[in-house]
Amino acid sequence: MKTKKKFSKRTKWAYIFIAPAMTILTIFVFIPVIASFFLSFTEYDGISSPKIVGLRNYLTILFKDPLFWKAVKNTLFYVVFTVPVGIAVSLLVSLALYQKVKFITLFRTGFFLPTVTSIAAVSVVWRWIYAGDKYGFLNYILTKLGIISVLQDWLMQPSTTLPAIIVMSIWGGIGYNSIILLSGLQSIPDSIFEAAKIDGVTSWEKFWYITLPMLRPVMLFLVIMSTINSFQVFEQVYIMASTTEYFGGVLYSALTIVPYLYERAFKRFMLGYASALAYLLFVIIFVITLVYMKLSKFYEE
Amino acid sequence: MKSKKKIKKIVNNFLLYTFLIIGFIMMVFPFYWMVISSIKPREELLTYPPVLYTLKPTIEYYKQLFSLIPMQRYLFNSIFVALTVTITNLFLSSLAGYAFAKHKFYGRNFLFTLILGSMMVPWQVNIIPSFIIVKKLGWLNSFYGLIIPAMVNAFGIFFMRQMISTIPNELIDAARIDGCSEPYIFWRIILPLSKPGLATLAIFTFMSQWNNFVWPLIIIHKSDMRTVPLSLAVLNSQFGNNFGLLMAGASISILPMIIVFVFLQKYIVKGIVFTGLKE
Repeated sequence: MKTKKKFSKRTKWAYIFIAPAMTILTIFVFIPVIASFFLSFTEYDGISSPKIVGLRNYLTILFKDPLFWKAVKNTLFYVVFTVPVGIAVSLLVSLALYQKVKFITLFRTGFFLPTVTSIAAVSVVWRWIYAGDKYGFLNYILTKLGIISVLQDWLMQPSTTLPAIIVMSIWGGIGYNSIILLSGLQSIPDSIFEAAKIDGVTSWEKFWYITLPMLRPVMLFLVIMSTINSFQVFEQVYIMASTTEYFGGVLYSALTIVPYLYERAFKRFMLGYASALAYLLFVIIFVITLVYMKLSKFYEE
Repeated sequence: MKSKKKIKKIVNNFLLYTFLIIGFIMMVFPFYWMVISSIKPREELLTYPPVLYTLKPTIEYYKQLFSLIPMQRYLFNSIFVALTVTITNLFLSSLAGYAFAKHKFYGRNFLFTLILGSMMVPWQVNIIPSFIIVKKLGWLNSFYGLIIPAMVNAFGIFFMRQMISTIPNELIDAARIDGCSEPYIFWRIILPLSKPGLATLAIFTFMSQWNNFVWPLIIIHKSDMRTVPLSLAVLNSQFGNNFGLLMAGASISILPMIIVFVFLQKYIVKGIVFTGLKE
């Protein structure tokens, strides 16, 4: 009897301990996730009450909204370059940082720096580097190296806006990726490398047959995270590619899915429509994650 | 034979350091360019070819920053929000983390799965209803709107649960036998033993709040409630060509993070590695 009472008292405390956190999460996460599902079947401007329109939002997005498809195309372009290049570069960086080098702390700090600084601030800085006249640093360097002869207005011409943003994003992602990869490298037991050394394996073979396979789980995690994050690119586009006429680059050349969603939801207050966009994005991300998981299982067997 | 090996080693080292040094310069240069552009006098900012240094540093742009816009107010807003959110996160996450790690109660696994599951949902999905809720509560343009939805999050709870799980049960049982109350155990045993985890979570939360852009962008429409990153975006659209001013703003917004990073790198790296282990 007594133990039962004590147990229930302890349980009571457990509920009290989780209550504040669960309340916040319920109001600002759990309810919103469900609410936006229902909102996606309505027309809602945030003022008058939502009007149920069935599947209309989804059908309009998929069949009558060229801007959405433009955004999807741009996003895929962004993902296809940012993810593999970003991870490949990060792999090189982490392999270099894994060596016993002098001034390792200094190098490490340099490579990790963009990880802790806000994308908003970093985007403003890169706008200055990409500036379109001869004072823009990139123009100066590329002219000097003889790579370009005509000054480019990187963020104002449709053909270069998205690539410019991609380069900055890769730069910004190296720190995070390298930290993860480095921790993966450090978890490989030394004994494996020592055994390989005795067997007279070359460093290339070592990399290809030992390091890479051992890194596979970490790489898979990075590919998934990096893909998910890249699909959600927002700040860079918002700050670097917004003119007064165009939101997301001249001729929408850098309009990706999330900035488009933001524009529909918070500039035009098409909240139902934007919710449908959000759920479509959710589905895309979910499917891609599943495909990666399946692929990795397939390769493991 | 031996000298051949030695030559190979020298070549390897040369390649390694070349790569590291070039990489390092490319990583750090934008930050250098930002700071140097913010202290160059006007006539040196727009010169061709651009100069990489200045012999006449000036704080003109920093003065402008505080006279053209209420930068001191934005700094206060950012610091206040980031600090408050960090404190509430540490407290509420470890409280919930303790319950999930060391208590048995009805619905525990279900709720914990729910929390983990919510980490998979992209923020775009819940941001629109969150905005509507905050608006209905009358919290647009207020500290309430900036702080309350961020007081705790799924990642923090998960992180603290993992940290607290490693505390031996014997310690807690012994305290219970001694008649200690649950809040007492939490305060005097769990919290002190979770210090390294708390430090990591604190830096992480502060960092993500300080850098947070989207949520303030959505709920803040009044000038004096802006946070630093938001003020940068506004500066960027209003004074887009005054790069000295923009770089001064960017420098101020980045400075606290760089200081935190240089001194507490260990904790930040630990936190990042943890995000990689959750799979």
